[in-house]
Amino acid sequence: MSRSLLFIPGNNPSMIQNSDLYGADAVIFDLEDSVLVQHKDAARKLVKFYLEQFNLLSCKVIVRINGMETPFLKMDLDDLTYDYIDMFMIPNATHGAIEYITNQLKELEKERHLKKEIKLIPIIETPYALLQVKDIVKMSRVSGLLFGAEDYSMNMSIKRTKEGSEISFARNMISIAAKAYNKEVYDTPFIDVNDSEGLKKDILLAKSLGFSGKAAIHPRQIDLINTLFSPSQEDIFDALRIIKEAKKDNKGAFSIDGKMVDAPIITRAKKVIEQAKLYGLIGDGDV
Amino acid sequence: MSKPMFTSIEAYKNISYKKIEPVLSHTTDKFKSNLEEVLDLLSLRDGMTLSFHHHLRNGDGVLNLVMDYIIRRNIKNITLAASSLFPVHGLIVDYIEKGHITKIISSYINGPVATAISKGLLKDQVIMQTHGGRARSIETGELVIDIAFIGLSCADKNGNGNGKYGQNAFGPVGYSNADMMYAKNVVVITDNLVDEVKEDEIQSKYVDYVVVVDSIGKQESIVSGTTQITKDPIGIKIAKDTTKVLDALGLIKPGFSMQTGAGGVSLAVANEVYNIMSERNIKGSFISGGITAYFVKMLEENKMDKLFDVQCFDLEAVRSYRENKNHIGMSASKYANPFDNPVVNNLDFTILGATEIDLNFNVNVTTDSYGAIIGGSGGHADSAYGAKVTIITTQIMKSRMPIIKDRVTAITTPGDSVDILVTERGIAVNPKRTDLINCLSGKIKLYSIKELQDICYTITGKPMNIEKGNQTIGIIEYRDGSIIDYLYKK
Amino acid sequence: MRESHAGSVESNDCKVTVRKQKGITVEVTSIVYDLYGEQIKTLILDTLKRKNISDVYVKCEDKGAVNFVIVARLVTALERLENGNE
Repeated sequence: MSRSLLFIPGNNPSMIQNSDLYGADAVIFDLEDSVLVQHKDAARKLVKFYLEQFNLLSCKVIVRINGMETPFLKMDLDDLTYDYIDMFMIPNATHGAIEYITNQLKELEKERHLKKEIKLIPIIETPYALLQVKDIVKMSRVSGLLFGAEDYSMNMSIKRTKEGSEISFARNMISIAAKAYNKEVYDTPFIDVNDSEGLKKDILLAKSLGFSGKAAIHPRQIDLINTLFSPSQEDIFDALRIIKEAKKDNKGAFSIDGKMVDAPIITRAKKVIEQAKLYGLIGDGDV
Repeated sequence: MSKPMFTSIEAYKNISYKKIEPVLSHTTDKFKSNLEEVLDLLSLRDGMTLSFHHHLRNGDGVLNLVMDYIIRRNIKNITLAASSLFPVHGLIVDYIEKGHITKIISSYINGPVATAISKGLLKDQVIMQTHGGRARSIETGELVIDIAFIGLSCADKNGNGNGKYGQNAFGPVGYSNADMMYAKNVVVITDNLVDEVKEDEIQSKYVDYVVVVDSIGKQESIVSGTTQITKDPIGIKIAKDTTKVLDALGLIKPGFSMQTGAGGVSLAVANEVYNIMSERNIKGSFISGGITAYFVKMLEENKMDKLFDVQCFDLEAVRSYRENKNHIGMSASKYANPFDNPVVNNLDFTILGATEIDLNFNVNVTTDSYGAIIGGSGGHADSAYGAKVTIITTQIMKSRMPIIKDRVTAITTPGDSVDILVTERGIAVNPKRTDLINCLSGKIKLYSIKELQDICYTITGKPMNIEKGNQTIGIIEYRDGSIIDYLYKK
Repeated sequence: MRESHAGSVESNDCKVTVRKQKGITVEVTSIVYDLYGEQIKTLILDTLKRKNISDVYVKCEDKGAVNFVIVARLVTALERLENGNE
């Protein structure tokens, strides 16, 4: 359950070395769009040797590999399919691409006796993928979706705006599909790294549509993303109250402060506490 | 007279402090038409000690101007007691090479002069002092100044003057106070002669001569590149973690006082502290040391009662010093001299930098890891002693160079006055501060400084030791006058 | 292709140049040579040995790269040399 996912350019030694320090819940080592064609091999090796040596204990390890339409995908999978990867992020994802990659992974994981099944995060960034989104998200290897609005707008030949009305349908569809199959769903990065007010609005919009987190393209965006996707102190306090009451009465429904509390609300309160514990906002002893 | 070796940060309490008599001027006809005339009257000779302040920092024009005149008279074996030396002073390297200047006593040296000294070009030696220690050494007569040249942006014919007014205004004249009172001869140099100076930080009774020159320097060059909040995400992380420590220790409370360096991370900490003060409506009592626009903002927004200023680091600070009665100048002695009940002793906390720190929490801000002089204590060792909590902020490594050493290349500030180290990969508290450790445990994850060093080595690898030069070129003098370390030829 | 390179002279990176020749020569310049120069040489030699390479000239211009960076840049340069591309 990552609130923030930070893109780290794969050919940048300084940033790779410091990847665990930026406070992101997940780090996306990028071999795709932030790496020039002539540096693809260099980036792949850099990320490989880094992950072989260092354990990122505080974050999920994701690598955005190159897409099926490129000659680099095979080498990316060959070099990096090992236990240190939590997920591969797949650009320009289609159902066919996810199927293909799943099969490649099954073989490599077996050959190499990996202890885990590497999960996939397809990036929905074409209108075609958007139409297929429910078929993509329900696949067993898929743990979540990322919405890539910049490429999506380019593929739609529409203008991208900060306020985002042009992508609102896409956002909704992706979020609904993910939630229908109980998967994670991550919002597109906010491109203007100097506009924190704009970032805040964008995060709150994504949150209101059901997104579980948001990608970041600069470390300075992480704090705000983490804070706004975490339950607030107030949310936590309310949730604790609800659970306490529910334990006491063992009734199906009761009221707190004049508001009715029944099963769905109790379940939601439990989710809030689960999240709060995950993000270190409360100790185990507090509940 | 040989200097004692450093024993402890409290050793000064056992020294009986005796000031020499201030030296009053007997000249009546002080105003002279040019510097040559003044130099004629001063009967220059070889072996003199000359002093200058550095309030215009890298925009200073006085030292170069005066030294040029003096060297033309072929004076040799000069001891230069300049409170700091910057790249702008590079042309004195020539005077060092030719034996005109054979000894330098300063609190901070950076640029070509530092390089030349580290090459061993000074025929005698260099003595690196602290700001407070410099004042002490002058007041006790240990450092005898033959002629003090005091550049002022505003002065009258009697030698009253200040740095408040004029096109090259620079703020308080804190560093020259001791020079003014105790030097054998005092010469005021100004580019702005006025009829009468009432706000006389420099007072006529001590001044022998007054000379007008075209320019005492460049006000804009007071600002150096480092007086901006850091944009580097790692620096910002260190600043945020430092602020968490301050908060966990309960140090940001009504009436608190603080001092920070002027580097990017220190200023980022000041900014974070400012945000907390705004959120919680907390007002502090004072900020001391070098003053920047960020502190002026706190004063003007009524978040601080006072600023105690020994030096302005930018033009906003200069303006505020001129306009705001709560922006108060102080002499180096009042600021940091251990024997003068200094302002630093009232600090709740100070945030300082380091080029190196070692397993005993000793800090180096004088040399780099190859032994070359790149700075100096300035007020570092003084505020580290005085503050109740001293926090060092630094990256754990810089381009593979580990910052935590087994032993620093040169000790500027002894470990007993250093309490907490904050790096991007962890925080360590000096084991002697069990009070801080108890306060922080459960709130902030702490490592031992050795653990932090090991964490660094898992990334950088363990380095080979750099061979130290074996020829000494000078000493680092602790604020009480003892020798705390030696400086070697690079 | 007789010569290939990988990496850069940016901070925390290194530029590794490799050239076909008889026998092994390793040349290292580094901003932290006094601290890590020998380690860098050893790392390069060990990497060549593990890959069974005994005929190559390697030049490493280092700006404070840590071990994984040096190995990655070396391996990339060697692959490029092998594949005949720059």
